[in-house]
Amino acid sequence: MPGSTPASLSAEAPAVPAAAAAAKKPRFSPGLEAWRRFRRHKLAVASAVILLGMILAVAFGPLVWRVPINEIDFAAKLEGPTLAHPFGTDDLGQDVLARLLYGGRISLSVGLCAMLVAAFVGVLVGALAGMSRGTVDAILMWLADLFLSLPQLPLLLLVIYLFRDALKSAFGPEGGVFIMIVIVIGGLRWMPVARLVRAQILSLREKEFVEAARALGASKMRQVVRHILPNALGPVIVAGTIDVAAAIIAESTLSFLGLGFPPDIPTWGRVLFDAKDYLDIAPHWAMFPGAAIFLAVLSINFIGDGLRDALDPRRVL
Amino acid sequence: MSRQYLIRRLLIAIPSLLGISLVLYSVLALAPGDPFGELATNPAIPPEVAAALRAKFGLDDPVWSRYLHWLTAMFQGDWGFSFVSRMNVDTLILQRLPTTLIVIGAAQLLAIVVALPIGVLAATRPYSVFDQIANTLAFIGFSLPTFFTGLLLILLFSIKLDWLPFVFRDDITATGLQWLWEETKQSIMPVMVLGLFQGASLVRFVRSAVLDVVRLDYVTTARSKGIGERKVVVRHVVRTALIPVVTLVALQMPIVFGGAIVTEQIFRIPGIGSLLISSILANDTPVVMGVTFVFACLVVLFNLIADFLYAWLDPRIAFR
Amino acid sequence: MVEALLDIRDLKTWFATEDGLVRAVDGVDLRINRSETVGVVGESGCGKTVTARSVLKLIDMPPGRFAGGQILWQGRDLIPLQAAEMDKIRSKEIAIVFQEPMTSLNPVYTVGDQIAEVLREHEKLTRRQAIERAVEMLALVNIPNPKMRVHDYPHQFSGGMRQRVMIAMALSCRPKLLIADEPTTALDVTIQAQILELMQEMKEKFGMAIMLITHAMGVVAETCQRVVVMYAGKVVEEAPVEALFGDPRHPYTQGLIRSIPRVDRAAVHKERLEAIPGTVPSLLTPPPGCRFAQRCRFAKDVCTQAIPPLKEVSAGHFVRCVL
Repeated sequence: MPGSTPASLSAEAPAVPAAAAAAKKPRFSPGLEAWRRFRRHKLAVASAVILLGMILAVAFGPLVWRVPINEIDFAAKLEGPTLAHPFGTDDLGQDVLARLLYGGRISLSVGLCAMLVAAFVGVLVGALAGMSRGTVDAILMWLADLFLSLPQLPLLLLVIYLFRDALKSAFGPEGGVFIMIVIVIGGLRWMPVARLVRAQILSLREKEFVEAARALGASKMRQVVRHILPNALGPVIVAGTIDVAAAIIAESTLSFLGLGFPPDIPTWGRVLFDAKDYLDIAPHWAMFPGAAIFLAVLSINFIGDGLRDALDPRRVL
Repeated sequence: MSRQYLIRRLLIAIPSLLGISLVLYSVLALAPGDPFGELATNPAIPPEVAAALRAKFGLDDPVWSRYLHWLTAMFQGDWGFSFVSRMNVDTLILQRLPTTLIVIGAAQLLAIVVALPIGVLAATRPYSVFDQIANTLAFIGFSLPTFFTGLLLILLFSIKLDWLPFVFRDDITATGLQWLWEETKQSIMPVMVLGLFQGASLVRFVRSAVLDVVRLDYVTTARSKGIGERKVVVRHVVRTALIPVVTLVALQMPIVFGGAIVTEQIFRIPGIGSLLISSILANDTPVVMGVTFVFACLVVLFNLIADFLYAWLDPRIAFR
Repeated sequence: MVEALLDIRDLKTWFATEDGLVRAVDGVDLRINRSETVGVVGESGCGKTVTARSVLKLIDMPPGRFAGGQILWQGRDLIPLQAAEMDKIRSKEIAIVFQEPMTSLNPVYTVGDQIAEVLREHEKLTRRQAIERAVEMLALVNIPNPKMRVHDYPHQFSGGMRQRVMIAMALSCRPKLLIADEPTTALDVTIQAQILELMQEMKEKFGMAIMLITHAMGVVAETCQRVVVMYAGKVVEEAPVEALFGDPRHPYTQGLIRSIPRVDRAAVHKERLEAIPGTVPSLLTPPPGCRFAQRCRFAKDVCTQAIPPLKEVSAGHFVRCVL
């Protein structure tokens, strides 16, 4: 990993002096210690800055860049980047920058919401499995294994194919598709989190402080929420970060296949879908949304790597 | 490798197949407006066909019995009829499957050939310049969505350089070497898109597996034998590092299939991935179900292959 | 003076770590003559394992590096040697047995293949010849039914049996020196005795020298002719075994000897076992004077000012102490 901790002493090096040295170091609180480790990962820090910039841009960009996203101007169609249209225009003469700023809100929030769904389901299933053991545990873990071996994209396409119309009529074209995509993407990604939480519970439930809480008569629910979950937080945050990136890719893929958001909601994947047939005459139209997806996903992945170094030093992958 | 282990793995594959079919059928059953029923009430379909469909799917039976019906039909190879392509679904899928498998297989091969040496070299020189470059490139590789890489390659090799065709043709009339050349030329970009994406994550898997093995005691033992660093790395490090890599690659298969669907769609390769998309767009439900089921079976199959490879690579397995 | 088999002179093996430079081995002198058994003793972290691995250049570089000194093998310095040259010495002339038999064998190859690998490399045998020799070696280290077991994997052997396999592997090319790095520490007490006995037996048969690294003084008393005591990366005392146990000069050696559990005494006098107070000092910033001074009950002002030189108190008995 770039910029991460250099190899510590190898096996043959003396253990005692290392321990003595560790004792000499000033003590940090866990949060500060994690921040110190995260900061050492240069690419992760740079990525955090870039991602923050992108979030600010899509949040406030449309307020500053006040060109409407659906102003059709055939006179200026398929223009390359100009001062009036810094990212060029599409086949209807609409401003690509305005569309990307607006669509980015959806692309990024789909990623975030899908991650929250995945994390919520994962923590729930993991906690349930970890606390109940026995048959319930076995069934839930079998289910997790099963979901891991489901072909995600085909299933995603199948669900969207079958439920699209019903949700559209219930929540409107935007809301319906948004809810569906978030739930389906999230619902297919809870398994790693569930496993992490369960493993953490199994290893922690016999530890003294949980024993103590149990002796004091804390309810199971309380034990999990107060004592076990905070300990599982590090790995879950790392898994969740990676999930955001995966969800952004999943949404973009759906939209790119023409099966995600409708054309009037220009998510990055959707813009790319519209642009792909004009690759020869207007490559800029495809490059900007593609680069936006790539940059967002890359920086989230790097942040995930940095967080892993900071919060979950045991795991390598 | 013990026979018991193999049989056990085979037996475990059956409930997962059943589970997957159950998930698929539940999705179908939960869908508003019975998708098969729609067909049966579609005025474009002759009434006798509609009646036959109603009877076959037992539309008025309870859900579980319909599931069993559907399942037995699937296992008997009776996957329904595609009204769009005017042929049986299983025939249609079997026609398209080889193309998909060849593209995926070639891409996996490319991924392994590229990623294995890079991962091993990076891990044996941890934190060196080479390692950092390889690692950064790997991150870029799996952060680039396949649909974007596909477009980039088309832009570069087809539009700017005009070296490679960007539409895959299955009706190439040339023969002999010329045919081979044309086939290779049109396969380069799809295989590269899929292979490099897969290779990028493989580099990380290999690197971390090798890093785990390098510090083990038996590697020091091997080094003390005086057999040379090359043999130490190849025989003792890489050989054992492959064991966890196999499992990780198997876990990646669902993602690889997703990439294959996108790739087939971009380059218009006539495989089952592009078939799935076109069937969805054409509301061809039996084909959609069939292809999804085939993808599920392929994932189970690859997991099984991984289990066998794992047992073959690790003699301790036989005794677990 | 006869040329020593192995002559380590002022060896310094240092490790670059996050916290700074760890001087794990900091100026060690050590001689081993032909067919001699030399014990190297000290607490964990005193540098004895690093010294042993330095001889075969099995230190990972980086983070480790040789900061100085020489390792003369039959008069030839190993430190500047190319990797290919070094490989001709490894196992062929100097072999090593490690502390952890459970993890020192590769789990994916049969023990036969692992022994054969050495023979094929150094004696250019075919696979078949090498396996035959492996069977002979397994028989030699008293593994029952060697013809069958040669095709078994390490996980099919117990810890003691694996250590026998390791010894068979180490001795398969008849090396002139066997480095045994705490070969019995990880084993059950009854197995420990068997392994030591086996090593004695092998020594009688092959006549190689042995560098026995251990922290068990009892083992040293039984098997070695000469003893080197290490403390915090330096040799503090060196003597023939009788001299060391009869007249230990360094306070640290005295402490080590007093800490040997003696069943007879403990039972009769209810004596408390004596432990040396304190821990090994940090090797990051070693104290300027004698490294044992902080824990030494005889320490005087001079002890903390400069490292005392190694001085000869009687024939072959050296001690690094002002007393």
